[in-house]
Amino acid sequence: MDWQRLLVSYFVGFVLLNVLLGLMAYMTWFERRVLARMQHRVGPNRTGPFGLLQPIADGIKLLAKEDIVPANADRLVFLVAPLLSFALAPLGAAVIPFGETLHLFGLEIPLLVADINVAVLYVLALGSIGVYGIILGGYASGNRYSLLGALRSTAQVISYELVLGLSLVGVFILAGSLSLQDILREQQRALVIGPLTLPNWYILSQPLAFALFLIAAVAETNRAPFDLPEAETELVAGYFTEYSGFRFSFYFLAEYINMIVVSLLAATLFLGGIDGPFVDGVWWLALKALFFLFFYVWLRATLPRFRYDQLMGLAWKVLLPLALLNIGLTGLVRLWGIGAL
Amino acid sequence: MGMSTVQSHPNIITTTADWVFSWARRSSLWWLQFGLACCAIEMISSAMPRFDLAERFGMLYRASPRQADLMIVAGTVTKKMAPVVRQLYDQMADPKWVISMGSCANVGGPFDTYAVVQGVDQVIPVDIYVPGCPPVPEALYYGVLELQNRIIRYERLKQRYGLEAAEADRQEQREAARAALGPRSSGAR
Repeated sequence: MDWQRLLVSYFVGFVLLNVLLGLMAYMTWFERRVLARMQHRVGPNRTGPFGLLQPIADGIKLLAKEDIVPANADRLVFLVAPLLSFALAPLGAAVIPFGETLHLFGLEIPLLVADINVAVLYVLALGSIGVYGIILGGYASGNRYSLLGALRSTAQVISYELVLGLSLVGVFILAGSLSLQDILREQQRALVIGPLTLPNWYILSQPLAFALFLIAAVAETNRAPFDLPEAETELVAGYFTEYSGFRFSFYFLAEYINMIVVSLLAATLFLGGIDGPFVDGVWWLALKALFFLFFYVWLRATLPRFRYDQLMGLAWKVLLPLALLNIGLTGLVRLWGIGAL
Repeated sequence: MGMSTVQSHPNIITTTADWVFSWARRSSLWWLQFGLACCAIEMISSAMPRFDLAERFGMLYRASPRQADLMIVAGTVTKKMAPVVRQLYDQMADPKWVISMGSCANVGGPFDTYAVVQGVDQVIPVDIYVPGCPPVPEALYYGVLELQNRIIRYERLKQRYGLEAAEADRQEQREAARAALGPRSSGAR
């Protein structure tokens, strides 16, 4: 019955992709409304009730706009780069478990697209490949601002990828696996410290790794305060300066889908994913991911943009040593077997 | 070209699709983020918390002209700046709209000198003129709402009579607005 499982997997993937696209559209609405509230403004409220139709209006307008290819652009690469960025963004969500296996009509429906044993590594790899969309787009535009934005993005993602990967090593040491299913199962156990019974979420045993992961994830998705690749004040619009209409919207989609995937990943790795009080389920995961998405918007409303040397200094001089320290400490704790860890 | 003379019965599907495009275009006018003089301060203030013109109507400012639909020429256009304004306009993707904000951009304002373009409409086609020195944010609102009406009119004409008729009507409207500004100096004093 292998083909059946394949079909189920395709079906789950299809549903997941559509949910992600819908969420992404409403993430822009959420961001604009929350940002407006934080700046004591109103935000979009003329397009539909509470501005709820705003993402749809934006999408249709971008689709109907002229598609400009600059005269000195590398035409083929220019056309393909946004698609590359967009196609790679939702793939990361394929390994995130959304719940226990369902039994429907005698079929086993696992609520994740693929349970691969190097799931976290796979997500990190996708993050690295995603940079190609940015650097190719920046290079192919034939525009200095685009190229500078793309170069910044590459340097930034490479530096923060390292921190992101190393911050997760502590979790791997504790869980003994790279599979998100196994990590989730470990977190569903209870953690007993004296009279206290706590959920074994890794935010409790790996707080430093959690902070590092959060910072590195914001940098990885090119969001404020690390949005140097698209800094308006210096680079017009960064790597997508020359993109108009729906090609620009592909980059936009990719950025927001990346945010959602990283939020889901953070919720699964550190906050116990679908684990929660009362009944476990996808709603807990959604709630946790929503908190991270809110956190992204919160950061954008609060912090000014970093200077480029500060950004690099933070990654290599502060975060990287801390990540190594965390690995060392976790290793020692694991070796001596302190407590229930 | 009066709207009441329309007799044709367009297909219900195409009508709906055109209505959706017209609606999307007028509710998502992203404007080009640039200012030329003191009117820009008033333009910025109309996007800031007290007035919040930009976000409420779904307007988002974009720094790149490729992603902008609306150009608000806010301030004095000097002869040195005119080619830059023209280039920015040319870089914008169709369909694009222009609001001329304030007396200087409309007709040159008090600067009847050798260095100032006597109205930005000598460089780029202008759809809406907002008078004032500088216009209060409410005036800019009114200009934007008028522009939304203009977009509805343009899309409707395009749907019923084709692109050329719509463009001709748009040009007619531009010239009517320009004539209403009154006579202006040649600027070569």
